Amino acid sequence: MYSIRLWAARHARLLELTYQAVEPVIIKLQPLWKSVGYARAEKPVARLEQACKGLLFDCQMCGQCILSSTGMSCSMNCPKHLRNGPCGGVMQNGNCEVEPDTRCVWVEAWEGSQRMKDSDAIQIVQLPVDHRLQGTSSWLRVARQAAERRESLK
Amino acid sequence: MTSRLTIPNSSQLPPAEDAGNVGRLERVLRSGQFAVTAELAPPDSADPQEVHARAQLFAGHVDAMNATDGSGANCHMSSVAMCALLAREGHETVMQISCRDRNRIAIQGDVLGAAALGIRNLLCLTGDGVQVGDHPEAKPVFDLDSLSLLDIVAGLRDKHAFASGRTLTSAPQVFLGAAANPFAPPFAFRPHRLAKKIAAGAQFIQTQYCFDLPRFQDFMHRARDLGLLEKCFILPGVGPLASARTAEWIRRHVPGVHIPDDVLKRLKGARDQKAEGRDICIEMIQQLREIEGVSGVHIMAHRQEAFVPEIIQRAGILGARMPWTPEPRPPPFSVNRQPVSDSVTFQEATTE
Repeated sequence: MYSIRLWAARHARLLELTYQAVEPVIIKLQPLWKSVGYARAEKPVARLEQACKGLLFDCQMCGQCILSSTGMSCSMNCPKHLRNGPCGGVMQNGNCEVEPDTRCVWVEAWEGSQRMKDSDAIQIVQLPVDHRLQGTSSWLRVARQAAERRESLK
Repeated sequence: MTSRLTIPNSSQLPPAEDAGNVGRLERVLRSGQFAVTAELAPPDSADPQEVHARAQLFAGHVDAMNATDGSGANCHMSSVAMCALLAREGHETVMQISCRDRNRIAIQGDVLGAAALGIRNLLCLTGDGVQVGDHPEAKPVFDLDSLSLLDIVAGLRDKHAFASGRTLTSAPQVFLGAAANPFAPPFAFRPHRLAKKIAAGAQFIQTQYCFDLPRFQDFMHRARDLGLLEKCFILPGVGPLASARTAEWIRRHVPGVHIPDDVLKRLKGARDQKAEGRDICIEMIQQLREIEGVSGVHIMAHRQEAFVPEIIQRAGILGARMPWTPEPRPPPFSVNRQPVSDSVTFQEATTE
């Protein structure tokens, strides 16, 4: 919902802390994901993720979440799907040129990022979206990647 | 998926070493001369003569001509075709690429084709939304954004590889440009976005229309504090306003262009608004030139292209320099405009 989405970016620090608490749990559950199988876990986890992030951020389930780098304002809600910052068409009142009645996702993102502890994460250059991941769970991917990193260090 | 912001040192600005492989715009910029580029509107036509006629207005006055890519999301002749037609005559062009209409497969193919056709400069843009153009019912693509586009084209050139990793037998030698709009919110983010563009591969920047000098100065100060001025060439955008009515229309209908009240007031108070618009533009160019880090100007004279030579001349930004022209012709103005030796070398280089 639009108003909750705005609330999320305006409480980016709180949500950053929340995610920092949740992420280790998801990673710790690695044995569970492994025994269930990532493929089988995918559907229910993706559904849960969509429910949470859909409510808070109007999440579009791109499957490669970068909310921590976008001030907790989901950049996939930008009509141009910009993942690296605002286009040149932002109106003087900070609204979107395509949807003039809504705030520019990136105006919110910048303000959100400045409230976060890792306020420089917005300066990361984001590579293009992998469209094959649409609809899949970012959380599971984070868990899997963390496990793979641990494996490779062994 | 991500890379932390590191601005490559290779984008520092030493003089070009391999002059044979470097386009004229890049050579002018690297030599420290004040560069002039101008926007060339593509025709709604399949007739190459219309392209040549439009370019003829600018020849000998500008260092490169930008051919827009469906600007304002309106359909016109393609940028790659226009640039190719002009490159055949020896003109220096900037091909604009927007992410609105093509995905990464089409764009990478176009970049290779463009380089093969002699196009040296690319301007990587996100592009206007389809809703502002003449085909609002079209599907907006936006597979890439301007930054990932820069990153991919830089990869084609420097890593000799497609985004997929598949290697090229010959890499496109292109000078990479990007746009910036210091005049739209969020203002504090704009210099950081410039830093991101440089990190992704931008070597020169052309900005949105500048009518608000203090805002631009502020942007440049912040860019300087971030150490960006040594890492790219910045060409602020300028253009003559045809009348106060046009200015008001632009304010209402063109997102991202900011025209302050005092500019509007000055136009309204003028007896000849069109001439006043040109005067404002010339004064703006002269003031911009004084700002640290400004390497040239980009003139966008929509429907006033015929005035571009006069604006450049009166602004006095070329001095005695005359940019390359296919056929050396007598200077159109009484002021002494001798081709400098550098320009002559350019001419020879392209006729080899």
